[in-house]
Parts: sequence; C-alpha cells; structure tokens
Amino acid sequence: MLVRLKSSILDAQGATVKRALTGLGFAEVKDVRVGKVIDLDLDGLEASEARRRLDEMCAKLLHNPVIEDFTVELL
Amino acid sequence: MNFGVVIFPGTWSDCDFHYVISEVLHQPVRYVWHRDANLSEFDCLILPGGFSYGDYLRAGAVAGRSPVVEALPEFTARGGLVLGSCNGFQILCEARLLPGALMRNECLQYRCQSTHLLVENAETPFTRAMRPGQVLKMPISHGEGKYHADAETIRRLKANHQIVFRYCTEQGRVIKEANPNGSLDNIAGVINEEGTVLGLMPHPERAAESTLGGTDGTLIFHSILGTLVEDGSFLKR
Repeated sequence: MLVRLKSSILDAQGATVKRALTGLGFAEVKDVRVGKVIDLDLDGLEASEARRRLDEMCAKLLHNPVIEDFTVELL
Repeated sequence: MNFGVVIFPGTWSDCDFHYVISEVLHQPVRYVWHRDANLSEFDCLILPGGFSYGDYLRAGAVAGRSPVVEALPEFTARGGLVLGSCNGFQILCEARLLPGALMRNECLQYRCQSTHLLVENAETPFTRAMRPGQVLKMPISHGEGKYHADAETIRRLKANHQIVFRYCTEQGRVIKEANPNGSLDNIAGVINEEGTVLGLMPHPERAAESTLGGTDGTLIFHSILGTLVEDGSFLKR
C-alpha cells in the first residue's frame, strides 16, 4: 500500500529533501514528495476479496483522507 | 464538575492536567484508561498531550480508534464537554470529531515555546470567561501542529465561528511571524459545530500557575466551570 500526501498539500519534508539533493549536485530534480509504504501480509484471501478488505483497512485506519491518497498493489 | 483525564499508552500531559484540575481548581478528577468506555460519571473529559502509540502511522491515528474515543459522540450528545490539547487535538481530528488534520510543522522542527493566542470566539463553553479579541499566552510543544483543512472546510469553519484561537503577536496581530508551525490562517484551536468539543495545539495545563509563567490556561477551565471573571460580568452556566 502506498500512501501519499494529496497533490494539493504542501510537502515540507519533500521540499527539504529536494533542497538537499540539489545541494548534492542533482540539479535535475524538479520536485520531491515523500510518502509511505505499508506492506501487509494477508492470510489466504483471494485477490478481489483482498482488495476489498484493503480498501476497508485504508478507509478505517491506514490513510487519512483529509490529507492523503492511497494506492494498493497486490504482489 | 466531574473531570476525567484520558490516558493512552504514550500520553504524557495527563499528570499535569490532573494536578491543575485537582490542586489549582479544586475539582473532582480521575484518570480514565483509554479502554474504559463508561463515561457516565463525567461532565468534562480531557484528551491530554503526548505521543500516544508513539505517533505511529500518524499522530493520534491509533488512539483515535480507541473505545473511549468511540464513546465520545454519545458522551457529548448527553451534554458532556471534551477538551483536547496537542495530541488530544490530533486524536479528535483523526476520530473526525473535529474537522481538518494536524500535519508536521512546516519548519520541520519541534517547537517548544511560548505563543500568543487571539480569542476569536468568546461565546463557547470553553471561552465564555474570555473577551473576543483577548490575547492569551500559552506554551506549545509539538512537531506536528500544522493545521490543515480544504478550502470548503475552512469556509465553513469561518462561517460557523468554529475557529476559536489563532496564533498572534503579543499585541494580537495575526501574522506569519506569530505562526510557529505553518497552520492555515494561523489556526491554533477549533470547536465542533455543536460547541461540545474543543481542540487546541497549545497546553493550557502548562499555563495555570504564575510560578510557571502565566495563568491564562485557567480561563478555559473557568469558562467550563462557569466561574470567575475579570470584571464580574460573566454569568454562571
């Protein structure tokens, strides 16, 4: 699960990382935004059920819809 | 009035609130463990500051799903008041009992300092012992106090007078330099539509004795209790 700040939100941490990268000589960096990876190990669910449950987990806890978006990747 | 001070794993301002309510204000108070959802004996619940659950996932995220927090809507529906300070404010926003979210300070530094707050709404149960436009002095101590809400929510907060405190200078000017964490519109504290739940980032329990630098924090409690006032004009609840 990838959790990212909504694009409309100022990412101060990302801006700081960008400054640090350009300071190290990576002038090509135009923008940096820092998100979160949450790896979940689910027990014996088939794909569509897993996706449904993950959406529920996200809605209830794993992301804050006021400031974050999320995407789910089943591996 | 019966006060309850809620404790989550990682809460740290519980003792300070308990001390102020008991020793400074002389009101009955007891601690409430976060798994205890039986709130019938209380009139006012405090969600204190700290680092509940280590601020893991998001500050206040896990605590916001605790049994005691899930019992709050019923508690306020029957007349209970809820005051959340710092981590308590974060918890209330995560639980959707207050709109918006608290994010990492824009300067990315932990800010532990004195701030001034402009009283925007002196009609709430938490501020009726204050005057609109009054400037309070209260300390903050947080790394994630930047208040954010979308434009529609901000518009609604303003229309309903739900913005209660804003960071300001000592003279009461709401300017960028007075904003310690980048909060939208210098918002330091908001109240819900019903007027029963107040969240603020500063620490009123650390501004309750003159030996520690000021007593403006007690004005919130005097408002709740319906006591005191500077000029004798405040009426009991």
